[in-house]
Amino acid sequence: MGRVIRFFAKLKSLKLGVGFWLSVAWVALIVLVAIFANLLPLPNPDSALEAPSNLGPSLHHLLGTDNIGRDELSRLIFGSRVSLVVGFGSILLGILLGGLTGILAGYYGKAVDFSLNSLAIIFLAFPQMILILALITFEGRSLLVITVAIGIVGSPLIFRVVRSATQSVASREYVAASKALGASTSRVLLKEIFPNVAMTLSAFVFIAVGVAILAEAGLSFLGLSVPPPTPTWGDMVNVASSELEQNSILWIWPSLALLFTVLSINVVADRLRMKFGIRESFL
Amino acid sequence: MSPEKILKVENLVVTFPAGAGKKVHAVSDVSFELAKGETLGLVGESGCGKSTTGRAIMQLIRPAQGSVNFEGSDLTRVKGKELRRIRQGMQIIFQDPISSLNPRRRLKDIIAEPLDIWSKLESEERYDRVREMCDQVGLDFESVKDRRPHEFSGGQCQRISIARALMLSPKLLICDEPVSALDVSVQAQILNLLRVLKSKYDLSMIFIAHDLAVVKNISTSVAVMYLGRICETADSDTFYTNPAHPYTKALLESVPEPDPSLIGSEGKMRLSGELPSVIDPPSGCKFRTRCPYSQDICAIQEPELVEISAGHKVACHFPISR
Amino acid sequence: MSTTQTYMHVSQSSDSAPLLEVRDLKTHFETGRGRVKAVDGVSFSLNKGRTIGIVGESGSGKTVLSRSVMRMLPRHGVINDGQLIFDGQDISDYTDEQMRRIWGAQIGLVSQDPMTSLNPVVRIGRQITESVRLHLKIDKGQANEMAISILKSVAMPEPERRMRSYPHELSGGLRQRVTIAMALACGPKLIIADEPTTALDVTVQAQILDLLGSLQRERNMAMILITHDLGVVSDRCDEIAVMYAGKIVERAPTKYLFSNMKMRYTQALFESIPKLNAPSNVPLRAIEGRPPDLVNPPLGCSFAPRCAYADERCHTLEPPLMAAETPGHVFACWNPVGGMPPPPAHMVERLGVKPVREEKFFKS
Repeated sequence: MGRVIRFFAKLKSLKLGVGFWLSVAWVALIVLVAIFANLLPLPNPDSALEAPSNLGPSLHHLLGTDNIGRDELSRLIFGSRVSLVVGFGSILLGILLGGLTGILAGYYGKAVDFSLNSLAIIFLAFPQMILILALITFEGRSLLVITVAIGIVGSPLIFRVVRSATQSVASREYVAASKALGASTSRVLLKEIFPNVAMTLSAFVFIAVGVAILAEAGLSFLGLSVPPPTPTWGDMVNVASSELEQNSILWIWPSLALLFTVLSINVVADRLRMKFGIRESFL
Repeated sequence: MSPEKILKVENLVVTFPAGAGKKVHAVSDVSFELAKGETLGLVGESGCGKSTTGRAIMQLIRPAQGSVNFEGSDLTRVKGKELRRIRQGMQIIFQDPISSLNPRRRLKDIIAEPLDIWSKLESEERYDRVREMCDQVGLDFESVKDRRPHEFSGGQCQRISIARALMLSPKLLICDEPVSALDVSVQAQILNLLRVLKSKYDLSMIFIAHDLAVVKNISTSVAVMYLGRICETADSDTFYTNPAHPYTKALLESVPEPDPSLIGSEGKMRLSGELPSVIDPPSGCKFRTRCPYSQDICAIQEPELVEISAGHKVACHFPISR
Repeated sequence: MSTTQTYMHVSQSSDSAPLLEVRDLKTHFETGRGRVKAVDGVSFSLNKGRTIGIVGESGSGKTVLSRSVMRMLPRHGVINDGQLIFDGQDISDYTDEQMRRIWGAQIGLVSQDPMTSLNPVVRIGRQITESVRLHLKIDKGQANEMAISILKSVAMPEPERRMRSYPHELSGGLRQRVTIAMALACGPKLIIADEPTTALDVTVQAQILDLLGSLQRERNMAMILITHDLGVVSDRCDEIAVMYAGKIVERAPTKYLFSNMKMRYTQALFESIPKLNAPSNVPLRAIEGRPPDLVNPPLGCSFAPRCAYADERCHTLEPPLMAAETPGHVFACWNPVGGMPPPPAHMVERLGVKPVREEKFFKS
């Protein structure tokens, strides 16, 4: 119990600000409703024509209904699942791919670095949209494929960040000291390099999640993401944009959801970087 | 008569790639010996290769040529696990006290690191060993054990580095500018600590520094490096009373004299100009571009390191004599 | 103007008013742990063309003092008190806008790390000419010529070529020459050199200090030389002030400081320096312990916890600055080296040292 209290006291002493806590609350809310969407008293997001189409907000349908009479709130909540899974999942994959190779390239240098870095540069130069389209064309438009596609596109960026962070950490004298003490390479990587690289990476990761969510929304706006009837925020904006004359405020809800989510994630990232950035200067 | 040598460095060469297939000789043809219990002061300006020499002895940078003979085994010929095992007998501490310690780890884990690498000790014995070592270097273990490096001052960080280095009971300690980043008052504490620990743990030391007054305080012999080469070496007494190389003289006269009553009225010898680049070193004697005594031969022929009296070697065509 | 005049008859030099006059300067920082008294009641004065050395360990407040004198402090959480008179004007309450006319033009700063005080992506030439053009209102061609001549005066090899170099292309010593050139560019009356040679090799240190000294004589500038090393200031300063825990604990003309050292801290600092004329392999007289926490400084003399000569009184009563036998020499110590000098009342007054009030002695 004392531990918990001390943890909160420490959080408080960090003075992160109201904006930070509002952002954390928003992300937490989105994550919670996404997980427990099935348990919420919501109409089925896919059942069309249960209600009149293009209703304005009302008690029954808090955010109204879309062009074929589906409940907008319900679709918004179920739609968050796609955004979150793609956002966090793709970056996790990106870290696995780009992070591991980045640490190896940064630490070993020379030929390892040259070959991995060349690969990353080629990847970065390749038109990313074509890469994603190719993957979707051959593998289908499932949630997994979209996540993997965005993850692969993001990994060379993460590779570059991790590689340069590793290079700077590897030149520190505590790494030399650890080697001199007889630590094996795997121990040096795990105990000395990884914790310090992770800190630099953590701030970048949040921003990358935001970018991945936006990328997925862009794809689904173009109708290239998870196929209907699965609700996605991007697709909802797309639907609403074609119904502007009948329902002029429908586009607001998915847009706001996207805006708040990405903004919140960026605010959290920025605050954490500011707070821990001070410590980073001691690296 | 000659005491047992703990370290023999012979014709050490360290090169770095300089782009376009060229190679830079950061250390060229450096040889010296270190007797048990001695402290060799390795002196020179930044960029002269003294730190590189220290790291090459440790095999943290692999030398291109030459041998490093430590207690009978040539470190340049072993690698991997074998190298790590032999190298336990020598340790190194660095100039930058903060950069020497992993900012993400706590003091108790930093000092216990060598134990964790080499032996699986019971937590109680591990704890006792760390606490004992903290006592030795003047840290109050109970009050500092859970702190991270950024909570310590430069002097304390250097004590932690020393504690970590001594954990494996090494026989040779390489100190790479350990006090250059510290205040004079703290510098004196660390120098005294090193002296005490040296006799307590029966250490031999290589003390790398640019300040000859600091080196005098702690060394039994001195070697001066310039552009990757040793230009003068002697035991401390000879070195400070009879410096023979013009560069040594210039170094000695650059040391600030704290007591104004001892500052002579005659002008001091000052080095003009900059240290030449190692990428494009001058021909002949490397020091000739800044040397007030240089003559034609200095540009043509590089002087050999020759013995001018017992144990006193100089690489100069026109050594200063008294 | 009246403040300067009232000072004049207390001042030692009667021929001219001091260039810089610091009176009871206090700079405190409000932090999460409490109030840090980084500079706590510092007074000194500096005449044209003279040099004062400020010596102290890290954490003694010497760098904050230099920033306070330049009025370059963060806006928030800083409590400032005391008087700063520069060249006859009271700058204590100047805004940044007003200070901007003084920074660079009248007071130049040479800081410890030339790499951080130079902009890494701007060529040397432009870094120098920018401030020259701003303050002296001259055109580009003139500014360039001026910059080259300044680089020549700081003994920069190949100044014309160096104008086009970036900072990272220069060695540490050459970079420090560039920062000196920048500080000198507008012909300031005062140079503040904050540990100008700490990051440099001894050989380069000697060159840079020689250079600062000769430029100062040539241009009749005053200089505040801040360092942790008494050895650096001993033959380059007219006067030395030793700082400890935010206060000046001894101040004297250089020759008297070394010939008649009074304060125990100064003595300890002097003895901890390794000296070339000392025998090798003897222990140094190190000062044990660390400087006090400036949030909760100890009662009495702040050096007492580390002082071998401290007695009961040192731990309870803070010693005021007292006059020594040697002229212009003040110190704050209850058990000074060579014993307490007889307090000549007229001298106390002449030096501008406030006589200690009776009740201060008997504070519990």
